[in-house]
Amino acid sequence: MSDIVEKTLTALPGLFLQHQAAGGSGVPRVSVSSRLGSLIRSITALTSKHEEEKLIQQELASLKATVAAPNTTLRLMKECMVRLIYCEMLGYESSFGYIHAIKLAQQGNLLEKRVGYLAVSLFLHENHELLLLLVNTVVKDLQSTNLVEVCMALTIVSQIFPREMIPAVLPLIEDKLQHSKEIIRRKAVQALYKFHLIAPNQVQHIHVKFRKALCDRDVGVMAASLHIYLRMIKENPSAYKDLTGSFVTILKQVVGGKLPVDFNYHSVPAPWLQIQLLRILGLLGKDDPRTSELTYDVLDESLRRAELSHNITYAILFECVHTIYTIYPKPELLEKAARCIGKFVLSPKINLKYLGLKALTYVIQQDPNLALQHQMTIIECLDHPDPIIKRETLELLYRITNAQNVSVIVQKMLEYLQQSKEEYIIISLVGKIAELAEKYAPGNEWFIQTMNAVFSVGGDVMHPDIPNNFLRLLAEGFDDENEDKQLRLYAVQSYLSLLEIENALYPQRFLQVMSWVLGEYSYLLDKGTPEIIITKLYRLLINKSTTSETKAWIMAAVTKLTSQTHSSKTVEKLIQEFSVSLDTCMRQHAFELKHLQENVELMKSLLPVDKSCEDLVVDASLSFLDGFVAEGLDQGAAPYKPHHQRQEEKLSQGKVLNFEPYGLSFSSTMSSSGCTGRQSPAGISLSSDVSGNSAETGQKETNSLKLEGVKKLWGKEGYLPKKENKAGSSPELQPIAQDSTLVENVDQMIMKKDQSQALHHSEEEAEKQRLASTLFVGLGSESAVSLLGKTDTVSHKFRRKSKINDTKNREVTSTHNINCSSFSPLSNAPYEDNDHLNSFQDKEDIGLKKCSLGSEFLESGLKSESLTELHLVENFSACSLSPPSLFEDNSMEIFHPPHPTLSSFANEISLTSSLLEELNEHVHSDLVELCNNEMLKVSSCKIWKDDCLLLVWLIVNKSSLELKNMNLEITSTENFKILEHPGFCFPVIEAESTKSIQHHVQMEKLFTEEDLSGCVKYKVEEDPYIQLEFSITLSLLDFIRPMKICTEDFGKLWLSFANDVKQNIKISDSQANLPFALKTLQQKLRLHIVDIIGNEGILACHLLPSVPCLLHLRAHEGMAALWFRSSCSTLPDYLLYQCQKVMEES
Amino acid sequence: MQFMLLFSRQGKLRLQKWYVPLSDKEKKKITRELVQTVLARKPKMCSFLEWRDLKIVYKRYASLYFCCAIEDQDNELITLEIIHRYVELLDKYFGSVCELDIIFNFEKAYFILDEFLLGGEVQETSKKNVLKAIEQADLLQEVSKHTETPRSVLEEIGLT
Repeated sequence: MSDIVEKTLTALPGLFLQHQAAGGSGVPRVSVSSRLGSLIRSITALTSKHEEEKLIQQELASLKATVAAPNTTLRLMKECMVRLIYCEMLGYESSFGYIHAIKLAQQGNLLEKRVGYLAVSLFLHENHELLLLLVNTVVKDLQSTNLVEVCMALTIVSQIFPREMIPAVLPLIEDKLQHSKEIIRRKAVQALYKFHLIAPNQVQHIHVKFRKALCDRDVGVMAASLHIYLRMIKENPSAYKDLTGSFVTILKQVVGGKLPVDFNYHSVPAPWLQIQLLRILGLLGKDDPRTSELTYDVLDESLRRAELSHNITYAILFECVHTIYTIYPKPELLEKAARCIGKFVLSPKINLKYLGLKALTYVIQQDPNLALQHQMTIIECLDHPDPIIKRETLELLYRITNAQNVSVIVQKMLEYLQQSKEEYIIISLVGKIAELAEKYAPGNEWFIQTMNAVFSVGGDVMHPDIPNNFLRLLAEGFDDENEDKQLRLYAVQSYLSLLEIENALYPQRFLQVMSWVLGEYSYLLDKGTPEIIITKLYRLLINKSTTSETKAWIMAAVTKLTSQTHSSKTVEKLIQEFSVSLDTCMRQHAFELKHLQENVELMKSLLPVDKSCEDLVVDASLSFLDGFVAEGLDQGAAPYKPHHQRQEEKLSQGKVLNFEPYGLSFSSTMSSSGCTGRQSPAGISLSSDVSGNSAETGQKETNSLKLEGVKKLWGKEGYLPKKENKAGSSPELQPIAQDSTLVENVDQMIMKKDQSQALHHSEEEAEKQRLASTLFVGLGSESAVSLLGKTDTVSHKFRRKSKINDTKNREVTSTHNINCSSFSPLSNAPYEDNDHLNSFQDKEDIGLKKCSLGSEFLESGLKSESLTELHLVENFSACSLSPPSLFEDNSMEIFHPPHPTLSSFANEISLTSSLLEELNEHVHSDLVELCNNEMLKVSSCKIWKDDCLLLVWLIVNKSSLELKNMNLEITSTENFKILEHPGFCFPVIEAESTKSIQHHVQMEKLFTEEDLSGCVKYKVEEDPYIQLEFSITLSLLDFIRPMKICTEDFGKLWLSFANDVKQNIKISDSQANLPFALKTLQQKLRLHIVDIIGNEGILACHLLPSVPCLLHLRAHEGMAALWFRSSCSTLPDYLLYQCQKVMEES
Repeated sequence: MQFMLLFSRQGKLRLQKWYVPLSDKEKKKITRELVQTVLARKPKMCSFLEWRDLKIVYKRYASLYFCCAIEDQDNELITLEIIHRYVELLDKYFGSVCELDIIFNFEKAYFILDEFLLGGEVQETSKKNVLKAIEQADLLQEVSKHTETPRSVLEEIGLT
């Protein structure tokens, strides 16, 4: 059939020409009388939306019947599809037709197939399941001898194709790259581009062919390949530097008009191609003087050739300017580019003006003078009637804000904010205002007022960091104590006056900020007694529009204030009212307040004035509760059981009858009160530890029989009495849950925070200020130029005492968020919110947060003096079972206090020896040389720390020259996770010296062996970067650690794991000796031998960070039966493989 | 390019092409919002819009609005020219195109678009080449019409 069609096709051009000559206007306006036509006409005739809906529903119903009817011809089907597309476009769902669209593409003749493919591309998206049914059709059409069919198949592939089916068509498409027709080659390249977008790994191997496409004799094919290159270069510019020359040559040819005239657009040669090339060159030349050098000429020529005649030349100019400012700067070109920007900015055409502003925004940091030149235009644009222009101007101003112009700029931004309703704009603008206000506020009053505006407008859509940062800034204060007080006082006063206004509605976030500030700082007011403020807060509290989250904040504030008064009627009333509230949280807060109020001394010590910034140490082990727990247990209460234990029991109960009498009914209430006690202000789920303790203690008492009922394989260890003693010896505590929470607070040690860290200014900011001081000061009141030299000293008044750089900041604030959300409706202790903040902030001071947190826990553990090694081990086993929590990570650290970093070693030899010294507790590999050249050597060593795999890289400068800008970068892969930033930079490495870097590596995806690769880049004097690549092989075993548990815990864990793998393997005679075989496993795989009983052995290990795996080995007549169990489904398989390997080797 | 929409001054959608996978609900929402925003703009205003995190480039030809969504770092002006080139192609194909051509022959408008833009990127910038590809496929249409005429007539009779 298709053969016939093709023959006819070849005969046709002549026929067509005749037809065209006769037809005159080319394509006749056909098929108006079709069914689609009548449908469209009847729709346009309708007057109401309702009628339209009725008509379309009718139409759809009849279409549904038609497409489903068995005798519908494909021709009719094609017609139906067109109508369906139309209905879909009008917004009516017609999914019943999707499958028929696929069928049409599959079965129809060319013309029907074309409509079928079109319908598929319009109806489905690339993740649609029906798309799989199209794959066969595509494969068939790709193999067709008919060009048009191949074209259609390639077109659909480039639009939507299921990612997982790429292998099915990839070879066919690769073949098409050699096709004789350029249209096929072009479409094939485009299809590969699509594949590269959705599954880059699958087309990695054909990168060579992309190069061929780039050199294709047809311009269209070459242009299509640029899409792929642009994408790839964006991802990894360094890999394609060698192509710079080719791109430059191509661009030169294009600019020089060497392409066929067909590609001209309004007599400009191939503008799309030019722009694509300019972008690529920009990416390649960025921060790379040598590559940039190659491009200067052609950029200059592009600028010159682009005569301003048409929009399209502006488009090219814009891209040119962008590229010139992106690559390594060349003054001469910059000057020309600047002139070009001027043309944009001064153009009367609004589109060009917009782009001019956009370009200015982009270059303003490099070229402040430019903004100065266009001062007046910028000011005009600020009041432009088109909001888009206005917004772009604000964006520009935002970048040149400094201490002197901040109030004007923020004022303008606020004005704009008040007019805009779109959420997206509000969020971004509010964020910018808050940032500027924090950085450059000229005074307390202004700052608070601006932030008030931000909170009122930004309300509940703004980023939660904004209120968090604001509160933190208030709390941490600045260097001047007096100044701090003033600011806080002003904030309090301003909020009081805001609350004075009747019927004013504020966003919830604003109310939260207000209540925190009032609770914390209203003591600064001379005259205002707490009573007045409490009354105001009370009014907010009973307001219906206040959410329960906000109520918790307000309640916390009231509680703080109550500690400063003697007695308050409002508080009494409040307690009374909320003690019967239906909201459990509020009721609890009310009760807490009531109890606190009864003990004024306690309350004062609990809620000290102005101590929000001080740290507290949390007794994570909750050891002070031991007495309480012991007392409960003495009275016959059931111990708390962690989740896994309860499940395990359920399992065992399923199998065996329980002959034990049921426990006292009292037990359940006791354990539940234990629970409330544990939800301490520490908030975070630190509980698993303690729950583990008490549970296991008790379990042995009451449930031992049950455990024996289950086929009891393992012996028992008698550490139970020891533990009970411990619990008994703890200080006595009142057995009331709420009180115990309070006692814990008292128990918390308060430490002064280290505030000595230096201020951190990023270079960028310094730059910003320098620029800004040259511009717009007072907006024209003074001559701006005269201010050029002025440095601005007042700024940064409101800069928070940044102890950390911005990225960390963000990290921390995000923890704040978690903290706040967990605090509000759920937490039991609202008055501790500030302390939460601080305990989290504290983390940022610690370099390796987790490690030191761990040691803190250790400290607190020691304080309670009741934890022995054994105890800890047991905790650990309990923890490793619980779902991931903060504590879980840390629990591992408990046995192994962190080691100091290794960065200060002078040379390799001493370094290795000190490595040994420092880490003699840790097993480590030998130092392996990874790569080497005449200047430099990189070697590495694996340190198998108990909690992680530490990779230490040693970089030795062998030469007598300084190496500069030394960068070490690890390529990120899906298999590994590097806990630190994967890159590292040494500004300078002196001659003949050694530097070391270390990375903590974690496994993300299970594997047997994988390479971790990376590269070092450095500079010698002013020469370009030299790059050395290296890779190191990591194996699964690098991430396996022994799990030291006792037999009994092994038994419990064994039952709780669902994934198991069994395998019999042959063992040699030497291994018939079981202990010997086990020793092998212990040494080679780092398994911990838990116990040996007869001819059975049990071993345990865990995969970092904490995926346990257990092994049961039974030796029997030259065979070893291995039985793995783990909480992870794939780990047993991998370990089995390793075991087999090891056993075979030995 | 993320998507392209064609709609009339009355806000009726005439053509839609999505280059990013989105749910139908989202598509409808985006279309509704954009049509509203664009129609509300005054004629002298800038052809570019910041919308969510995207840049919208639109241009009005007679009663039809052509509207493209691009990413922030893309070149707005060249997008404007993409629209213009598409209109030129339509114009050449239909012979001084008007809205009715696109309404009644929207599938043809789609075919042209697919030859010009593929997967959100410009595929072929030469006007001649695009039209050649379209004509080639159209010729088949003529052929198949020709060969199938007898059958289709019978069909029509059988059906009506």
